[in-house]
Amino acid sequence: MAMEPRSDLNLEPRSDINVAETHDINDVLVVGVGGQGVLLATDILADVFLAAGSDVRKSEVHGMAQRGGSVESHVRRGPTVHSPLIRRGRADALLSMEVLEALRYLHWLRPGGVVLTSLQRIVPASVAAGGPAYPDTAGIIAQLRARASRCVIIDPDALVAAAGDVRTMNVSLIGALSAFFAGVPAAIWEQVMAARVPAKARDANRRAFALGRHLAGKAPA
Amino acid sequence: MQRERRMMSGNEAIARGAYEAGVKVATAYPGTPSTEILEALAGHSEVHAEWSPNEKVALEVALGAAQAGARSMASMKHVGVNVAADPLLTASYTGARAGLVVVTADDPGMFSSQNEQDNRHYARMAKLPCLEPADPAEARLYAMAAFDLAERFDTPVLLRTTTRISHARAPVESGPRREPAQGPGFVKDPKKFVMVPAHARGRHPVVEARQARLAELAEDCPWNRIEWRDRRLGIITGGASYRYVREVCPGASVLKLGLAWPLPRRLVEQFAAGVQRLLVVEELDPFWEVELRAAGIPCVGKKYFPIAGELGPDGVAAGLARALADWGIPWDEGLGGRGDQGSAAADTAAPAIPARPPVLCPGCPHRGTFYVLSKLKLTVMCDIGCYTLAVQPPLAAVDTCTCMGASITQAMGVELGAGREASRRTVAALGDSTFIHSGITGLIEVVYNGGAVTVVICDNGTTAMTGHQQHPGTGRTAQGAIAPAVDLEALCRAVGVQDVRVTDPYDLAATEAAVRAALAHDGPSVVIARRPCILLDRRLVRPALAVTADPCNGCGACGRLGCPAIEREAEPIAAAQEAREAGEARAAQDGEAGGGEAGVKAERRRARINTSLCVGCGMCQQVCPRGAIAAPAAPPAAGSGGD
Repeated sequence: MAMEPRSDLNLEPRSDINVAETHDINDVLVVGVGGQGVLLATDILADVFLAAGSDVRKSEVHGMAQRGGSVESHVRRGPTVHSPLIRRGRADALLSMEVLEALRYLHWLRPGGVVLTSLQRIVPASVAAGGPAYPDTAGIIAQLRARASRCVIIDPDALVAAAGDVRTMNVSLIGALSAFFAGVPAAIWEQVMAARVPAKARDANRRAFALGRHLAGKAPA
Repeated sequence: MQRERRMMSGNEAIARGAYEAGVKVATAYPGTPSTEILEALAGHSEVHAEWSPNEKVALEVALGAAQAGARSMASMKHVGVNVAADPLLTASYTGARAGLVVVTADDPGMFSSQNEQDNRHYARMAKLPCLEPADPAEARLYAMAAFDLAERFDTPVLLRTTTRISHARAPVESGPRREPAQGPGFVKDPKKFVMVPAHARGRHPVVEARQARLAELAEDCPWNRIEWRDRRLGIITGGASYRYVREVCPGASVLKLGLAWPLPRRLVEQFAAGVQRLLVVEELDPFWEVELRAAGIPCVGKKYFPIAGELGPDGVAAGLARALADWGIPWDEGLGGRGDQGSAAADTAAPAIPARPPVLCPGCPHRGTFYVLSKLKLTVMCDIGCYTLAVQPPLAAVDTCTCMGASITQAMGVELGAGREASRRTVAALGDSTFIHSGITGLIEVVYNGGAVTVVICDNGTTAMTGHQQHPGTGRTAQGAIAPAVDLEALCRAVGVQDVRVTDPYDLAATEAAVRAALAHDGPSVVIARRPCILLDRRLVRPALAVTADPCNGCGACGRLGCPAIEREAEPIAAAQEAREAGEARAAQDGEAGGGEAGVKAERRRARINTSLCVGCGMCQQVCPRGAIAAPAAPPAAGSGGD
């Protein structure tokens, strides 16, 4: 992917975004490849929802599944939440650290939901072993757009340019998702991030969060 | 601070509840989904929290501690209870002085397990009460209650969770710890604690009487409750399934069984009498359904819900929709319906795209070991650990996986069943933690019964798959204290293995030589492939390697390592050009043949190393026949392995 110049970008959190009115997001499915920080992302989300006064349930998978495999974690909020699992086809938002994983879990998203995805491609071992080919990115994005009402896409090169480290992708996607929660004060996001992110990575993560939030404001409907 | 409410996993909540209840001794062997219980308890200085060598040891230590008057808890995954079943069934007879709680964390759906057994059966078989929380907040409360229940009825208590309880997170409150009073220690009572036949015959009726009293308690206890709503449908459920039922059918009447065993017969009859149709929604086996039917209570369960796999809200919704349709009950507002409950819309089908199963990490030392085993085309009797992932192509070097420790003993069985020659092309492979768990006894079997099995211990210095727990070979305890480390070489020699070798699995040639020599040795052999897990210490990571376009001809040798960092270029070798030139030159001489070879070459794709994944382990450098893979310019030390 071509790297956009980042010098013209205002990376301060924006206050002029108000997309929440059309996107009532309660059920968020976060997916990626084991080791990409899926669980940290859902920990941050769950803490934010709890601090914002919701009941929260979250589900995650440990053990064998985390060794480079496809990983999913569900976060749900509401006045009372029972199941820690989202029902298939009913997630309000799908947040993916890897573009093929966004496609893998797209059927969990309700039609008209929101997709937030990294463009990063991590080729599964099954491809090298002679399995089906890795689909081309443009084709995947087209499928995502066909189901979602809004699609926020973060280019890992742009993230590296802005934050210096591709490992902040999880936080950048959280930043993008934050733009859809007009009712949650920015201070809550900041407090949770400060508590959850290691001190030495705080600066990079703050820039990553701001980039995501900025891109969400620009994403076409 | 003490009353704060924060997000906790079910496992953290169990640990919290046990801590507040004054648990003094906590034991465990790591196993998904139970591991974090002990990890959370290890953070409390008032608790002795230990990684035991295996689950049997864990339960016996906890039993002894409880018999000496200390509240104790042993936690393990479902299959771990199989290992601990021997003490469990007799601990039921002896009971203990202080509360003894055994946590069994089951894994419906097998996210990280070799089977999905339903451990409620242990409650019935061992005649123990079984508490089953439905979410993390209940997990804390039930853990606390389990100790009281254990002491009141002089019985070990099973606390059963599943993955969706253990690894779900929800807001949980915390309270202060109740420090238990210091008792007199172990008080002799041979008729209670010495289970010779004469004494055990005396204890069995005590156990039966206890069961009857527990069944009475079940009728009127805080954990079982009827929630009357729409009387057309009554659902008996518990654990994670209770939450799924409440989610998808909020209007149904529910009998929630928090005490999964023994069953409250009268309460069930009262519930059954109050509803038109009675459905049992339980994950895995028809445990309650069979009991209720045997008791003459008409109910339906597994006709609509699968025995295999986890239920989840979608599984519950699908089964409910079928049951309601059969009964002609509309899924209307009375049942909390929105008209779309049972629908599995066509657009929720999974797409057909490349699978992404878990894999050995880039730089995983097991890759070197299993590359060699694969190259030598050996039969590999394998075990439980990260290395079991080598079953997948291209390594495809795992032939069995049964249970902890079974690698060595099954290899011995192969030798006895197929003849001694078989041990020249068979190895047993297992990890260091697994070897200590239950591999040692297998090795003694091989020595004692005259086998010639070659054992490969993949010693990565940790219990890796469950998230890097200490074990008796690491030199550290669960609470961080320095401990004597088991000397694997000395241990193997001490049990009578004369042929013991140590190799670095990053050094493929040396590892191959070690395995070959061990196989050639006519007697028991042990090869210790020693290299720390690459995830253990980021200082082990070296600069990423790179493929030089020129010598790489896309032969695919490096691909046989199955390393996630080695990818293929999207375009076939621009050899199109190169091959065309060569082909044209040759075609000019011998007609069609040259063109054919160019066609084959054009299919090849050059290797490419993903620098964000590569950790510079150097194994691919060793397998590349053309020297096409190199360290980046000005490497600190170019060598691979052996350092």
